[in-house]
Amino acid sequence: MQSIHHHIPDSLLAAYVSGALPRPFGVVVAAHVSLCETCRAAMLAHEAAGGAILDSFEPIEVSSDLRERVLASLDDEVAPEPAPVQADGPLPAPVVEALGGRKPKWRSLGPGASQCILEHGAAGSVRLLKISPGYEVPDHSHNGLELTLVLQGAFRDVTGRYGRGDLEVADSDLEHTPIAEQGEACICLAASDAPLKFSSLIPRIFQPIFRI
Amino acid sequence: MRPCNPVIAEGNSPVQDGQPIAYSAQTTWMLAVRDHRDKAAFACLFDHFGPRLRGMLMRSGVSAAQAEDIVQDVMLSVWRKAASFNPERADVAGWVFQIARNRKIDIIRRERRPVPEDLSEPTVDEADGEQIVALEQEAAKLRRALSALSPEQRSVVERAYMGDLTHAEIQAETGLPLGTIKSRIRLGIERLRHELKGDR
Repeated sequence: MQSIHHHIPDSLLAAYVSGALPRPFGVVVAAHVSLCETCRAAMLAHEAAGGAILDSFEPIEVSSDLRERVLASLDDEVAPEPAPVQADGPLPAPVVEALGGRKPKWRSLGPGASQCILEHGAAGSVRLLKISPGYEVPDHSHNGLELTLVLQGAFRDVTGRYGRGDLEVADSDLEHTPIAEQGEACICLAASDAPLKFSSLIPRIFQPIFRI
Repeated sequence: MRPCNPVIAEGNSPVQDGQPIAYSAQTTWMLAVRDHRDKAAFACLFDHFGPRLRGMLMRSGVSAAQAEDIVQDVMLSVWRKAASFNPERADVAGWVFQIARNRKIDIIRRERRPVPEDLSEPTVDEADGEQIVALEQEAAKLRRALSALSPEQRSVVERAYMGDLTHAEIQAETGLPLGTIKSRIRLGIERLRHELKGDR
């Protein structure tokens, strides 16, 4: 039933489980796991490994105050947990959460391509990209790590075909030109830890404006 | 203080194919908390995990005062989020670990960690005792594998799972055999999917 062929590398998943992965990449990993049972099982296995480490830690006694305080608070009234965020069409819950529950606002990147920046900061950026069928994402290479998760449609590049749920992991060595397949527009969730740099002149002019 | 062997009320003990199944103490406590809001069982969980959580937090450089705050926060979350504990997909220590990690990020980094969509749970859930015991056994195997590591390897693994290493520093293999526990958890997830579709 599952047709996902490109998964999260184990070291990225371990970093996500440990909490060390910067938030922009964490959003992509959480979105992929939402769609992929294989990676959800792998994530839970890493959490079990974290549990084994916790379980075998040398205990350091906690104050008896703390114990009493916790046991006395069990009946306290607490505000109910907010209802979990739900997926919205092709957008998995972690993307909807990053959007703050709003619909994406698409801004044009030139012919056939638009984007919606979800988060942008010192730790990197995460955005939605929408590429019309047959169009290419402008030819670019990367300064650092880039994760691209397909949420709708599909694209192809030198490394293969990526459909819904597939994750492409690119680093600075990869110079690629993803092209959206015919059919539905291709919507991707992309995170990078550095601004993308374009190899051709025109898109570079847009770079400061569009924060690519 | 009551000793940590909560008596499971008659009729509540797990049975598979007419035979009683013995869960580990941790699973038994956690299910008593989840299903019966059993405070004595919670106290047992607190006495087991509280000091270990404190040990883990202080190793990762959290101050003693802040470690106590986080232990309090995590253990109260264990009580309040107990309904989401599913022993067919997570052992108790792994489930407590992920709560601790989320709370640590919330409290220390003041940011919300992105989390995957919840799996939708079936409305009628008959626990699969064999699956639960098999997953407990896989978790026990992981603990044994951990204790068999050399001190150097073990320190690398600890640092990796405590968030002290970047993804580039965590190399492909942490040295822990995760293959069989992955397959076992996958079975738990697939059973859920079949139940939701009414295949069973």
